[in-house]
Amino acid sequence: MSLVLQAAILGVLTGGVYALMASGLTLIFGVMRIINVGQGALVILGAYLSFVLFHNWHIDPFVGLLLTMPVMFLIGAVLEVAFIRPLKTDREALSVLVTYALALGIEGVLGYIFTANYRELSVWYDTQSFPLFGFRITLVYIFGFVLCLAILATLFLVLYRTAFGAAIRATMLNRTAAQLVGVDVERVSAMAFGIGVATAAAGGAVFGITNAFNPGSHYDLISRLLTIIVLGGLGSLRGAIIAALIMLVTTDVASVIISPEWSSFVFFVILVGVLIVRPQGLYGVRVRERI
Amino acid sequence: MSPTGLVRSASLILLAVVALAFPLLVSDPASTNIGVFTLMYVGLATSWNIMGGYTGYISLGHAGFFGFGCYALGLPLAHLHVGGGYAPFFLVPLAGLLTALFAIPVGWIALRTRAATFVIVTIAVMFMLQLAASNLIGLTGGTGGLRFPNPGWSGDVFNDPFYYAMLGLAVAAIAASWWIRRSKFGLGLLAIRDDEDKATAVGVPTRAFKLTAFVISAALVGMMGGVYGYYVTYVYPEFVIDPTIGISMVLMAFLGGLGTVTGPVLGALLLEPAQLWLAYHFGAIRLYLVFFAATFLLVILVLPRGIVPSLAVLLRRRLALT
Repeated sequence: MSLVLQAAILGVLTGGVYALMASGLTLIFGVMRIINVGQGALVILGAYLSFVLFHNWHIDPFVGLLLTMPVMFLIGAVLEVAFIRPLKTDREALSVLVTYALALGIEGVLGYIFTANYRELSVWYDTQSFPLFGFRITLVYIFGFVLCLAILATLFLVLYRTAFGAAIRATMLNRTAAQLVGVDVERVSAMAFGIGVATAAAGGAVFGITNAFNPGSHYDLISRLLTIIVLGGLGSLRGAIIAALIMLVTTDVASVIISPEWSSFVFFVILVGVLIVRPQGLYGVRVRERI
Repeated sequence: MSPTGLVRSASLILLAVVALAFPLLVSDPASTNIGVFTLMYVGLATSWNIMGGYTGYISLGHAGFFGFGCYALGLPLAHLHVGGGYAPFFLVPLAGLLTALFAIPVGWIALRTRAATFVIVTIAVMFMLQLAASNLIGLTGGTGGLRFPNPGWSGDVFNDPFYYAMLGLAVAAIAASWWIRRSKFGLGLLAIRDDEDKATAVGVPTRAFKLTAFVISAALVGMMGGVYGYYVTYVYPEFVIDPTIGISMVLMAFLGGLGTVTGPVLGALLLEPAQLWLAYHFGAIRLYLVFFAATFLLVILVLPRGIVPSLAVLLRRRLALT
């Protein structure tokens, strides 16, 4: 029982990190109606950026975010302008392919520079633990959780308390109407894509500390992230956060009760169940989608 | 027969002769190997197009059916102790049937969603299969892999039976695609692509049509997966349920022209030899992924409608001028 409880606590803490990565993804979908299949690869890119800073200049991955997040924001904005904006027809379908291609490109470049060897960010708080409700939790999970909470809180503040946030939400609700009342939707799209990619940088730093990674790690990651946002309902931030917590708690508990090998499978079983009962996800609205 | 019909028939016959005679004309194994893979992708892209091109439902998880078919052939071969030679080829339809049976519940669930969600579900199903194949060690051998029987043919003609098997499947896929495109069923699929709600409103049984297209497409891909497994003789989950296989067939269909019969064929004929060449020269340093991604981006940004439809537009304009 105590093992299960410990797994549940760990699930909540890692769920926070996944919530952050998934919220970037669902934000991009909400604003632009596109699915960024490259989000996983961008998370891995973020992990490698943190790795380079840490390895070459001994910059702590969490401190390094001050550098990597703005860089990743720029990368995201540039990618949007260069590859997503030119898509005029069939955006939804084509954007999936374009972002998939970006993922492969990033994987290829990372593989060329860093080879396929697994890397790890070995920081001191990866081995130290902290007592929490009578359990010893590795510090990095707590740091990661706090970081993600802080970023998510900032994101919500920006979305609900600033003019720019209002522009983003307006674009999410109705792109054409937002344009009519004077929102520069192209600019909002580039910024939203940048923000989504910046969250990948933060997620990548934590992911890199808690997991060994190589350029091919993004496949597993993106399938989890996509499952999370489908479960939460595409375009819903709240849904993404709750779905991430549900997913990570169930998989971590399942890995204790059933076996670690099958824990990811639970993920997909939940997805299938949700699709049968509620195809639009937890917080999604049934819309007439066209492809 | 009209002049264009005559040209079409003549070029078809020429193509058939070249395809049949290829292993006799070019006998070195390196070239016939390219032939096997190119034909496989002709078949894969064509099969994918039956679902993705005609109905507009983009599946990025067809590599899952490819791998499923591979195991659906390999496991009976291993458990029934079937020897090498030609016998495994006769079990390929069985692999197709099993893949079809598997695709029915998958399609039923996945097709409850549309557009972007459908894409995600297909990706999830693919990874679910990969995970299951890795974990069901007692059945599949897990990550340790699955060995097919040794065909026992000598090196210089080893590729030829596989070449003709892939040719047969590719022709079957093209025939199915061509027939569907001309049938009332195909018209229904195209109506779904253009506007599903209107199609339902005018009485197209959209759910049944979508599921049928999905299952046909998956079964064909599964059979090619089976032959592929026998050809490479040793497979493991991450190798055969490889997302890049799934994305390659999509790219080829896009390059040639989505929703056309000839488009995916042309796309595969152009891209697969190029891809093999790149993988051969740059595969060790993984840079081929970058080339692949670059081609992909170029195709989508420059030719979003594909070669065949773009050429058709060009030709029509030329004809209209004269």
